[in-house]
Amino acid sequence: MTTMLTSKLRRTGPAASKVREPLGDRLVLIVVRLMLLVVLAIVLLPLIYIVASSLSSPAAVNAGRVRFWPVEFSLEAYQTILNNAEILQGYYNSLIYAAAGTVISVTLTVAIAYPLSRKSFYGRNVLMTLLIFTMLFSGGLIPTYMVVQDVGLLDTRWALLIPNAIGVWQVIIARTFFANSIPDELYEAAMLDGASGMRTLRSVVLPLSKPLLAVLALMYTVYQWNTYFDALVYLKDPDLFPLQIVLRNILILNTPRTGAVDLAQQMHQIQLANVLRYALIVVSSLPVLMMYPFIARHFTKGAMVGAVKG
Amino acid sequence: MSATTSPPLRSPSANEDPARPAGPAHRRRRWSEARKSWRLHWQLYLLVSVPVAYFIVFKYIPMAFNVIAFKDYSPVLGPWASEWVGLENFERLFSNPVFVDLLTNTFLLSFYVVLASFPIPILLALALNEIGNGWFKRTVQMVTYAPYFISTVVVVSMIILVLSPRIGIVNQVLALFGVAPVDFLGEPDAFRHIYVWSDVWQTAGYAAVIYLAALAGIDPALHEAAKIDGASRLQRIRYVDLPGIMPTAVIMLILGVGNMMAIGFEKAYLLQNNLNLAQSEIIPTYVYKTGLINADFSMAAAVGLFNSVVNLCLLLVVNFAAKRVTGRGLWR
Repeated sequence: MTTMLTSKLRRTGPAASKVREPLGDRLVLIVVRLMLLVVLAIVLLPLIYIVASSLSSPAAVNAGRVRFWPVEFSLEAYQTILNNAEILQGYYNSLIYAAAGTVISVTLTVAIAYPLSRKSFYGRNVLMTLLIFTMLFSGGLIPTYMVVQDVGLLDTRWALLIPNAIGVWQVIIARTFFANSIPDELYEAAMLDGASGMRTLRSVVLPLSKPLLAVLALMYTVYQWNTYFDALVYLKDPDLFPLQIVLRNILILNTPRTGAVDLAQQMHQIQLANVLRYALIVVSSLPVLMMYPFIARHFTKGAMVGAVKG
Repeated sequence: MSATTSPPLRSPSANEDPARPAGPAHRRRRWSEARKSWRLHWQLYLLVSVPVAYFIVFKYIPMAFNVIAFKDYSPVLGPWASEWVGLENFERLFSNPVFVDLLTNTFLLSFYVVLASFPIPILLALALNEIGNGWFKRTVQMVTYAPYFISTVVVVSMIILVLSPRIGIVNQVLALFGVAPVDFLGEPDAFRHIYVWSDVWQTAGYAAVIYLAALAGIDPALHEAAKIDGASRLQRIRYVDLPGIMPTAVIMLILGVGNMMAIGFEKAYLLQNNLNLAQSEIIPTYVYKTGLINADFSMAAAVGLFNSVVNLCLLLVVNFAAKRVTGRGLWR
């Protein structure tokens, strides 16, 4: 086998083997590249269209003159957004939910995943089965709503932070990470040094788990920033609305905004409203977009860690 | 079962103790094991009690609250004291002409989602895997991955804007070919296509990452050997890559079908309007409207319970089938 390989290599050489790919293979490669180019365009063009529209003048957008480059460049929509109390409040609320929710969720996830990762932790298999079961069978919307109501979370900020605080998938990722990357010898050493269970977690395990904590934090932050379902179901008070609900009211339900005085102004308001939608889409996606380089790296890692155990 | 040697119930895996003997000796050993674990980990048991309480309160008590599906729920009496009505809610549901539409809509939509969103990420991953690690691959991957992180509200807004009959770009382009503006979102027949293909647009890049990881795990020696045997690119994809990602694909398919009936409320609800309701009303949106808008808790719980049970059955059936066919399932 090895002799065959070397003789083959000698004949063509490593560089030549790349050049002398059969015609069929080169053709396949070209087709593949073209297909990927089409895919790239399909994904990218709608995004470019949105950004271009958001930077165009209201008149151009309403005349449908915008394609993939801003027409009559204008920042009016963005200025309007920055002066809108409702949107700013939503932004502020979402920042709170994302920050607090992430802290709560990561803490609780580690609190259950770490013990589950210890082989000597009695009852871990039963506990894990009970967790997995909640993935397969859920109580459903109405019964969950009743519980949230009974514990008095309805129409409070806690309603968005607590009822969906722990993701079972995230627990699996964390547990797999702890089990695979913290060697047993470390636990033995910690025990010999007389460290308690909590002390071991704090001083040995967590410092070694920064990549995991980053993955979890990003996952929960993105979830909190993007979700609207819990807010739709549990919140009535507009002051508590996260950005996504505000967006929905403006973007999808078309709630009419402040009346203008004269007709020309009214016309302009209507035209502006359309550009405003494009700008809002950009502004609301901005925080996640800015985190995107980190997200892309860490989410991939998270997907891999999870995939190990499937 | 004999007290001394019993065969393992299932194959032992890394995180599981080998089979223990049954009987009183076994029970004693378990007890001492539990006590030892408590002495060693009592702090961890305290730690774990908080998340466990969370799961009990927010996941398991709601399961129990499903009893109201068999009751005439009264908020004053609460779920336990409310009057039993047996299967009346379900009879009412099954005899409602809306039910057939709901079931059809939910099933067709979910089936379509699985059908479209299962193969496309695989194709994308295989294509990306072919072109080597250049800037082009990185760019395509980065860009196709990005939409996954856009919120549902924003994606639906984008759909509405892009498809808008008056200012949307799709109709602008159609107008160039002399086509009259179409209100896509007002067409019930267009709803499923819009839902499914926007879903593919949003998630294909994300799902492809998982397959790319599986592809990266394939032993390069296999590819080398195939090359030496004169296999073309397509043949290598067919006989090396595809078998290599098969286990991952099976798991993804099981998870996809398992989530079929749990299909997202978020997007369907946002894409809904009075014109497309004939096809866009699915079980989760119906549960929301019946329960929280019309405040018919028992009925909504009945629909929800029905949905959860169907979903669980589907998952088990697919898992069973996958195990039979490929020897792999969610629980090995």
